[in-house]
Amino acid sequence: MKTITVTPGAQSPRAIRSASSASRVAFGALLLRDLTVLKKGLGIFIARTLVQPFLLVFVFLYVFPQIGQGIGGGGGPVAESSFATVLVAGVVALSIMFQGIQAVALPLANEFGYTKEIEDRVLAPLPVSLVAIGKVVAGSIQGLISALIVFPIASIVHAHGVHPNLSVHWAVLLTLIPLTCIMTSALGLFLGTRISPRNIGLMFGFIVLPITFLGGTYYPWTTLAAIKIGGFSWLQALVCVNPLIYVTEGFRAALTTAPHMQLYVVYPVLIALCALFLWAGIKGFNNRVLS
Amino acid sequence: MNIPAQQNSDAIINGHPVSDEIIRCEKLTKRYRDGNILAVDQLDMTVHHGEIFGLLGPNGAGKTTTVGMLTTLVVPTSGQAIVAGIDVVTHPALVKQVIGVVAQTNNLDRALTVWENLYYHGRFFGMSARESREAADRLLVEFRLTERARAEVMAISGGMAKRLQVARALLHSPSVLFLDEPTAGLDPQSRLALWEILRKLHSEGQTILLTTHYMEEADAICDRLAIMDHGHILAVNTPKGLKESVGADSIVTISATGNLDALSKLLLERIEGATRSQRVDSIIKLHIKGTTGVLPKVVSVAEQGGFNITDLSVTEPTLETVFINLTGKELRD
Repeated sequence: MKTITVTPGAQSPRAIRSASSASRVAFGALLLRDLTVLKKGLGIFIARTLVQPFLLVFVFLYVFPQIGQGIGGGGGPVAESSFATVLVAGVVALSIMFQGIQAVALPLANEFGYTKEIEDRVLAPLPVSLVAIGKVVAGSIQGLISALIVFPIASIVHAHGVHPNLSVHWAVLLTLIPLTCIMTSALGLFLGTRISPRNIGLMFGFIVLPITFLGGTYYPWTTLAAIKIGGFSWLQALVCVNPLIYVTEGFRAALTTAPHMQLYVVYPVLIALCALFLWAGIKGFNNRVLS
Repeated sequence: MNIPAQQNSDAIINGHPVSDEIIRCEKLTKRYRDGNILAVDQLDMTVHHGEIFGLLGPNGAGKTTTVGMLTTLVVPTSGQAIVAGIDVVTHPALVKQVIGVVAQTNNLDRALTVWENLYYHGRFFGMSARESREAADRLLVEFRLTERARAEVMAISGGMAKRLQVARALLHSPSVLFLDEPTAGLDPQSRLALWEILRKLHSEGQTILLTTHYMEEADAICDRLAIMDHGHILAVNTPKGLKESVGADSIVTISATGNLDALSKLLLERIEGATRSQRVDSIIKLHIKGTTGVLPKVVSVAEQGGFNITDLSVTEPTLETVFINLTGKELRD
């Protein structure tokens, strides 16, 4: 290990650590800091994670069947159960997606915008890019926890007679969850570095909402083929720009036997999105921190 | 505090003599991408071990940009900067190990308590949990923050927040402590308290580089000063040396009605010992050397010339005088 002796400040001379050793330790400490903050707000974190999926599942799988509101293109327990199957995958995907945005983008937008409190972490002895990557890792851990919290609700809360038809493909599930967590946290990093705190409302209106409603949460992507203009399934093609569609379709493959987008499309696209958002996010982070 | 930094002649490390310099900038330049502004222009500067070095100048002089470059957050457009033997541009992550930075704004971590701000900072810098805990406890005592250890950082006063920022910057024993406008926005009491802290650190041998636009602050605590304006260093010296460079024992400040340029010229001709007369906006600064009791003469010369003096005062040269001499404008805008 290379050591450089520096001239002393107030104290006795001390050797500085090699860049790699200092970076490793600092990276771990940054994660420790983020996890401490997460632990402090664990109650709020869990509540925040639960509220949206709970409402979705409650309204669609409990209220609607009770009041006889038709879903899933018809009525009766069969249609409702098939919609429940669609929704479970959608809800898990959506929760992870939201987590990426809430756990990374929102804090970052504030830390950059008003308080500059990110500065002390940027001045920790590691390359600035690693501070950004640390944010993604911490966000991914939160995404992972929310997936674990949400899955039981999505499969349990429903009206009598409504049963999501689940069949877990573990290999797909266990690879998809980390990949999704990284992708959504990297997206959060990208958004957090590009959006000023006063535009957060806009971000929800113009980015988060369209992602949610056109992300296959409430319907399988395969069924969109029916929506055509002049023989062209325009909506099915359009939603392909939405990162969430690959996540929901992936979870559909992982959790159900229902028709879904081919996995040989889902995985490469998710990996490409990970790389794209990480690259853009780290670049944005560097631009915001360094001038 | 007006003596120049002591030469660290005994600074021998591992048998090798160590240069007295701890910061060296050569032709350091920053041109911001937007607006094409040359914020810092070919700056040459040296800071010695154990001194409090001040960058004094008005807002926009390039002080913060200079500190930004030395602390790795601003990437120089050209030139070189070495801090504690490490090149800032090529090894920013290494430089971060040996510097402590107190930003002008309150950038404490709002998600953490007072104590945790110190503790996690120590962990970032590779201290063990125990080392970091002990250092945090010790610094809270030294900076009189122990009672607020568990407080949220938004709940403490501005003076306390600044003390905590200084404590945090010192936690990993940096070779150089940087402070950007450390007392801007502080009440007078907190300002004096911070000066005391900086003097104490100085007596312990801590090298400190600070920026300020308060000449009293620069005068009170800096060993040496660089006066900056428009991205250039105009003069570097001890506060005493800078004031002596004015070449006057006293400065008479005159407010009057009428053609001030004419009055300025008249006073310079007629007042014995006047070395320089300068109109700065609506006042005249008359430099006097080797003469006392000059005020009555100023009044009579002005009255004979048909000018009506509205205000008159005499002071010793200050850093303000130095700044006016160098730039032709006042430091305060």
